[in-house]
Amino acid sequence: MAFRLKLVPEVTHFDFFRHQVLTFGFSVAMVIASIVLVLTMGLNFGIDFRGGTTIRTESTQPLDVGLYRDTLQPLNLGDVSITEVFDPNFDADQHVGMIRIQAQEGDEAVTPETLSAIEAALQVVDPSVKFVSTESVGPKVSGELIWTAIWSVLAATGAILVYIWLRFEWQFSIGAVAALVHDVVVTVGIFALFQIRFDLTIIAALLTILGYSINDTVIVFDRLRENLVKYKSMPLREVMNLSVNETLARTVMTSGTTLIALIALLVLGGDVIRGFVFAMTWGVIIGTYSSVFVAKNIVLFLGVNRDKKTEDPSAKFFTEKVENADN
Amino acid sequence: MLQISLWKRVLIIAVCLLGMAMAAPNLFYNRVEGHNDALLALERTGALSTEQVAARDAWPGWLPSGLVNLGLDLRGGAHLLAEVHVTEVYKARMDALWPAARAALAAERATIGAIRRVASPEDELRIQIGNPSEIARAVEIARTLATPVVTLTGVGQNDIEVSGEGDTLTIRLSEAERAATDDRTMQQSLEIVRRRVDAAGTREPTIMRQGQDRILIQVPGIGSAAELKALIGTTAKLTFHPVVGRAGDANAVAGAGNIVLPAQDQNDGYYILDQVPVVSGDELTDARPDTDQNGYPAVSFRFNPTGARAFGDYTAANIGSPFAIVLDNEVISAPVIQSHIPGGSGIITGRFTVQEATDLALLLRAGALPAGMTFLEERTIGPELGADSIEAGRIAAIVGLTAVVAFMVLSYGLFGAFAAAALLINIALVFGVMSMIGGTLTLPGIAGIVLTIGMAVDANVLVFERIREELKHAKGPARAIELGYQKAMSAIVDANVTTFLTATILFVLGAGPVRGFAVTLLIGILTSVFTAIWVTRLMVVLWFARRRPKQIEL
Repeated sequence: MAFRLKLVPEVTHFDFFRHQVLTFGFSVAMVIASIVLVLTMGLNFGIDFRGGTTIRTESTQPLDVGLYRDTLQPLNLGDVSITEVFDPNFDADQHVGMIRIQAQEGDEAVTPETLSAIEAALQVVDPSVKFVSTESVGPKVSGELIWTAIWSVLAATGAILVYIWLRFEWQFSIGAVAALVHDVVVTVGIFALFQIRFDLTIIAALLTILGYSINDTVIVFDRLRENLVKYKSMPLREVMNLSVNETLARTVMTSGTTLIALIALLVLGGDVIRGFVFAMTWGVIIGTYSSVFVAKNIVLFLGVNRDKKTEDPSAKFFTEKVENADN
Repeated sequence: MLQISLWKRVLIIAVCLLGMAMAAPNLFYNRVEGHNDALLALERTGALSTEQVAARDAWPGWLPSGLVNLGLDLRGGAHLLAEVHVTEVYKARMDALWPAARAALAAERATIGAIRRVASPEDELRIQIGNPSEIARAVEIARTLATPVVTLTGVGQNDIEVSGEGDTLTIRLSEAERAATDDRTMQQSLEIVRRRVDAAGTREPTIMRQGQDRILIQVPGIGSAAELKALIGTTAKLTFHPVVGRAGDANAVAGAGNIVLPAQDQNDGYYILDQVPVVSGDELTDARPDTDQNGYPAVSFRFNPTGARAFGDYTAANIGSPFAIVLDNEVISAPVIQSHIPGGSGIITGRFTVQEATDLALLLRAGALPAGMTFLEERTIGPELGADSIEAGRIAAIVGLTAVVAFMVLSYGLFGAFAAAALLINIALVFGVMSMIGGTLTLPGIAGIVLTIGMAVDANVLVFERIREELKHAKGPARAIELGYQKAMSAIVDANVTTFLTATILFVLGAGPVRGFAVTLLIGILTSVFTAIWVTRLMVVLWFARRRPKQIEL
């Protein structure tokens, strides 16, 4: 037998319900903690949602935050925040800074005069400074973007709810969506905890997490449905355990390959998308966890009507298609 | 048993080869781009420089030359979201209506009394009449000015609504007419913005309407959003007015039908002008940068026949009086008419730099915007930042890919190698499809591809794990492989449909870079299902047919 890397033994008999109180309690606690964090600390909204201007500067001189602040002080721009950006990919003499300015009066994003005043002032104190990117969002648009973001997350969740309900049963649907809500809330909580910038790309990451997490959950459910037909007299709890154990190797493999790719991007992909990639990496971890420990617990709690045939309505269709393909 | 019909094999291989062929030009990005640019230049101008010929010949014409567009965040460039002040047009409409209304009402002066226009909100015309008891008659007269609106939704409606209260007659545009006007304003604005951006000669600008009254403008390769704003933010409304007199300040009493405008050529000076222009920039057929007799930069222009006649008649009748050239409510210059100008051409002098004269000529050629714009959102990304991002994304993708391939081979041996080969084909297919549909690759889009690398093997993993299970039940290897594919199918479909759903929502609701991410994710899902179900399967079937193994290791 040739060597095979096996992260998970061939046959496993883990009892995923044994520490049910602990794991499920942990999830509930994390959700509550996340909500509390978001409410108390708030999210570090980027300009997409709050309006304002960010300027990315690059200089061969080390960034002197105090000096920059003093330079911009006389321009009366309101709330100005200056941070230095670090990244392993930067050259030794590459010093990157991020200047954020609050939204100015009116609908307009930023006036060209304000921008050139800022650029001129900074060039006086640091002649080597370059302005590699400038982004500005007016308060009118940022207000709309928040709603688009909320809508898109709700619409995605709704679509998944309906799809799972059609393909499985309503208990599965509730369980899957509960797991999704858990993933999204906990991810947002992490963003509040570390005050990582929360902008439109993070919403994209959240939606991807929804897609990924449901992917994992569906595969467990799919096996559960199959086993419910196969082992008609086995208690629901045991059928669930069996299903999770049978799919465990796949769950770990897929999460593993996805995490490998994401970690490569997290480390090497540059600082511009780090927040985005971080959200996805975290989401893959939490999504895998929730499909094993959250989704099915809710289905167990709700119970499944096993008198009715819990057969996949479309299984026949796909099977036929496959057999045809083999001819 | 384990068989795929010949035509299906041919089809699968053909799709793979086509995808790879379409993706191939992206490996020689700069060369192909030069080739495409040269062809475009040939189409536009009909001639090529020697460098352009070299660029064209650097890539053979018979090879596919579709490329993945690089988004602004990768190529660098400027992005603007502008809101058009559509209501400004209402005011112009009301002003234009006043002479007609005055004439119609004045004809019945005997019954309704003296009339005068009174102050009103900008989108209304208010007329006071001398004889309030006859207001009903005045309303009746004003209504004769209305014309039916010709739109699908506005059938049966007139363009104006007239109401009378006390001694005041109020005229405003009807809802249907407002909607129609807004739409026309947006069409015109889009067209003019497009002409201006095209005239500046940049590559592949994106100019599209967004929502009711917004325009999204993305121009790759331009230095800054401020530059772009200067180009498209100017209304460039050029008019020629008779000069009534001069004034010392903006609040000078202008008299009826006159306006006071600041002069650009003298500090603190103001001109009093007749409100009605003799001729306007709409009548221009051409404008180009030039120099005046003293060698200073200027703009020469030419009118169309109607404009030329009005201009000729006016200059003939007013030799010796000053004539104001007004651009966006500012008098650029007010030369004294020396002689009759019959040809319809002339020159605008002012205090221009060469650049300003060039820009003004461009703006005049492209036409005036029907209404002003506010910029709600602007983003400038420098080309260096984009290049850094591409480089970082490329390295991350290669490292991720290598690691995933190693992981798969270690876990599944030969079958893992099949999956890895399918993964490479999958990436080629993603790029191939993107090139074919002219999709845009953004930085989050690169992340989408890397994510696809990780997730694409999922379908294979599902199948392989299933085959392992089936092997345990001691069926023959061929039967196990077949059952593995069959039973894994429903899980593969469910898992991918849900991801596809969220990616679609992301595409519909997202904008810019986020949409770029959604596109790569959507394409990635489709191609990964294709490669996992068909390509790896074909490899397995071909291998199995050759070797006929009694047992397989997985």
